[in-house]
Amino acid sequence: MSGFDLRKQAPNAAVWLILLSMPLWIDAVGGYTQLGTQVVVMGLAAMSLNFLLGYTGVLSFGHAAYFGLGAYGVGMTIRYLVPSTGLGLLVGTGVGALAAAIIGPMIVRLRGVYFAMVTIAFAQVFYFIAFRWNSVTGGDDGLTNWTREPINFGFATLHIEKDPVTFYYFVLAIFAVAVALMALLLQSPFGRTLIAIRENERRTRFLGINVNFHIWMSWVISCTFMALSGSLYALLNNFVDPRTLYWTQSGVFVIMCVLGGMRSFWGPLVGAAIYVVLQDYLSSATPNWMSFIGLVFVVAVLFFPRGVLGIFRRKSTE
Amino acid sequence: MTGNNSGNINRRRLLQAGAVIGGAQLAAPYLQVARASDVVKIGMDNPLTGTYAALGKNEQIGAKYAVEQLNAKGGILGREVELLVEDSTSGDAGVAVQKARKLIDRDQVNFILGNINSSLAQAIANVANEKGVFNVDPGGHTDSITGKNCHWNTFRVCNTTATEGAAIANVLVKNMGKKFYYLVPDYSFGHTLAAGVENAAAKVGGIKVGEALTPLGTTDFSSYLIKAQAANPDVIIVLQQGDDGVNVLKQIVQFGLQKRFHIAGAQLELEVLLGLPPDARIGTWVFEWYYKQPNVPHVNEFVAAIRKRSGGHVPTARTYFGHTAVMTCALAAEQAKSLDAVKMAKAMQGFKLPPEISLMPDGAFYRAGQNQMIGDLYVGHAQSHGKDDPEDLFVVEHVVNGKDVSPTLAETECHMTWPKV
Amino acid sequence: MTQLILFNIANGLIIGAFYALMAIGLSLIMSLSDVINFAHGGFLAIGAYIAYTLSPYIGFWGGLLVAPVLTAVLGIIVEKFLISRVYGRDPLYSLLLTFGLAFIFEDGTRMIWGAQSVPYSVPNWLMTPLSNEYFFITGYRLLMIALVALAVGGLFWMMNKTRLGLRIRAGTLDLETVSVLGVNVRVLRNLNFGIGIYLAGLAGVLAAGQLGLQPTIGASLIMPSFVAIIIGGLGSLLGTLLGGLLIGVASGITSVFLPSGTEAVMYVMMALVLLVRPQGLLGEEGRF
Repeated sequence: MSGFDLRKQAPNAAVWLILLSMPLWIDAVGGYTQLGTQVVVMGLAAMSLNFLLGYTGVLSFGHAAYFGLGAYGVGMTIRYLVPSTGLGLLVGTGVGALAAAIIGPMIVRLRGVYFAMVTIAFAQVFYFIAFRWNSVTGGDDGLTNWTREPINFGFATLHIEKDPVTFYYFVLAIFAVAVALMALLLQSPFGRTLIAIRENERRTRFLGINVNFHIWMSWVISCTFMALSGSLYALLNNFVDPRTLYWTQSGVFVIMCVLGGMRSFWGPLVGAAIYVVLQDYLSSATPNWMSFIGLVFVVAVLFFPRGVLGIFRRKSTE
Repeated sequence: MTGNNSGNINRRRLLQAGAVIGGAQLAAPYLQVARASDVVKIGMDNPLTGTYAALGKNEQIGAKYAVEQLNAKGGILGREVELLVEDSTSGDAGVAVQKARKLIDRDQVNFILGNINSSLAQAIANVANEKGVFNVDPGGHTDSITGKNCHWNTFRVCNTTATEGAAIANVLVKNMGKKFYYLVPDYSFGHTLAAGVENAAAKVGGIKVGEALTPLGTTDFSSYLIKAQAANPDVIIVLQQGDDGVNVLKQIVQFGLQKRFHIAGAQLELEVLLGLPPDARIGTWVFEWYYKQPNVPHVNEFVAAIRKRSGGHVPTARTYFGHTAVMTCALAAEQAKSLDAVKMAKAMQGFKLPPEISLMPDGAFYRAGQNQMIGDLYVGHAQSHGKDDPEDLFVVEHVVNGKDVSPTLAETECHMTWPKV
Repeated sequence: MTQLILFNIANGLIIGAFYALMAIGLSLIMSLSDVINFAHGGFLAIGAYIAYTLSPYIGFWGGLLVAPVLTAVLGIIVEKFLISRVYGRDPLYSLLLTFGLAFIFEDGTRMIWGAQSVPYSVPNWLMTPLSNEYFFITGYRLLMIALVALAVGGLFWMMNKTRLGLRIRAGTLDLETVSVLGVNVRVLRNLNFGIGIYLAGLAGVLAAGQLGLQPTIGASLIMPSFVAIIIGGLGSLLGTLLGGLLIGVASGITSVFLPSGTEAVMYVMMALVLLVRPQGLLGEEGRF
């Protein structure tokens, strides 16, 4: 990180400009504020997954579990313990981190499809707990009868419970902190090691680096941010249901990363925006939206393997 | 990428460009905003994919027909009616909630309809209440929607599970025996439906000898059926719906359990019977509406009109619900002479539906203080083949007036709080 | 109580055999092509619908013979034009490709055959239980077990006695060497995929006999199959069969004591196996 490079900073500035001004123009282009909030939340989720997927090269297909744990964490805290949004977010994120830390050692030895399958399977355990433990989680009906609470800072109270724009900026502030943390981590020596593992695991191992430990760390960090975004998702809907943990949701997060481009920092956010808006639009436009979404998957894999941002990048290097 | 297969790259480029252009075209209609504001908008947030897709489709047919009828007569309050349909999915409440917000916030609908899935219906009702939009639940049965969690702005067309349970319990105890085993789908709808049958049966001497909670989406029911037969009941009460209902009945018949036990339930859809092979169309059930009511005025016209719009298929209870839900919106607006949600909701308290809409021998009305429609229920048995119509798979034995079997207003635990004006 | 448990064990074996049928197909594809086929459930549904559509003309038995073959043909086409294009790339891409295909298949079957479940009948004499006491053992379920045994036996024979089978087995162990030795790997993977999809189609026809036939019929069957593979050990035919039977029995027993844990138990078992023996019960060391 040497000095201020305008060409390097331009994309960052563009992303922030778009995100900060979103509530001003989203209605005019046919969207609505909640859709914008959803893009930011899903974008954070996809970027969290990409920490592991794109920067460490480890394929998790079970991240929805940690997303869902965060969601249930915040919902259950507000519903059963204390009606506090802030504490809920902490508990939600903490629960996700803890679960990831415990499961991590069992799976870090695995690679490729096997890692993917095992993460799916562990995610399914959480799904079935949420789905079948009716008395606590609300089972298939979902966890209801709670809403996000205003946040009291002592000197001022932030009313996020009704006004969608206020809530959007609340989410965006958390998004900014999380994304900055991830960027810092990736630029640290630790982050460089992760990329080295992705590029050549064997060589990294020969350098005396404990690869499994690094993958474990990356996994826990990724899942922690995932849980944070899940908590925000629950607050957005004032509702949690087991589908947020289902394995198909994990697949959706992965496709967001691929759509946008796994090799660029903002790629997953772009992918999430494309996916969320496309699904929102298609499912209103046609009852056969599943075919179109499926087609997007197929086309992305066959023709845009490096994602939307990947295309731009290739253009600029050519 | 290295240049030795550049032909390949060009082709790929071309395809990429094509996809981008195609995507842009697809996105274009998304950018058109602001429809004419003199249109009355009804938003339907109901399943079009997943387990309940078939039911959702039928409700949509009924709703569309109602809109057609309304527009032919000059719309609502002289304004044209438009139906906006969103796929809520069959079980993803997150999507259902998001779609409800979209309909209310972006499309500014005057009414919102939804949902077949009880959990989704409750979630949508909560959003509608938060936003103060007139809401009709056309098909989610769980009691709380017009009970503990009732809202001043949520009206329900289909019955509560307590009413359905009470409608059949007497018949079962009288004709089949006292010992009941319950196969209960494990979500709010199933729990309250089971409780409904249980409470009503207890009043006439029915005993519960056991129950099995089956998760939604169960494919193999054999382990539950093993338990059920081991309890040696007189009646196996089957409360599963949709695909689960098809699966459990198919397996009961394969195992020959219908020869050893009575099979009955508190609710069944014609859609389920249509999906079963003939020999699995068995059991005693409650239907919430049936198309063969030769002596009830207007029913035959309704059936004929729906047949024209559904490729010859008869209306099911679901088609009826969709139709009645839209008509409820229209009636509310006409009664209140306004599209103000509070005024409309007030106007519908105790409102009796006209016969061409209720389509039931005893008529139907919205009970004041609960917003629950109370009409007739049809108790009868399934038959393997229709005599003159392949879709005539149910024989109505008794028509039960909902007034006689509904829980009292106090029993529903609905305490409505109206917004201060 | 003991009777209840014994019944559930026997019943679990029957269900497990069915899981195994699907799992073996998945496992074949996974071990030779490194592809997790999420569209397996979609192929299963298509097999069932083909049998349903053809049954008025060729009857139940005709459908049982023809539908899986037609499904396999579809599988071979899909492999040739779509899936083969992502071989050698990060496994992520094949995963997403089949995931997308699963969406398209589900929606496609709904477009063609409708959302309403369709009545699929099996011959009456198959529908009768053995006795009132052993009511859960019906002719149809015995047929299912016989076909699973036949399919597993046939595959076993093929893998050990035919040239194709030997090549597939060799390819599973070391694809590069097989390729260097002059075997056309593309064709090998194509045929292998076809065999896997044949088994999915067969499972579909058998499922339609006892489940409601609707577009999502395969969706809930795919996860238990994955678990069966992990527990049994990837690349081991017998292991996958064993894995299927084990989860069937475990679910059956759990349903007696803790009904709400019926599904979770198989995932817990899988976690245990991974901790103690990561390569699976009968899997070979080093594959994991």
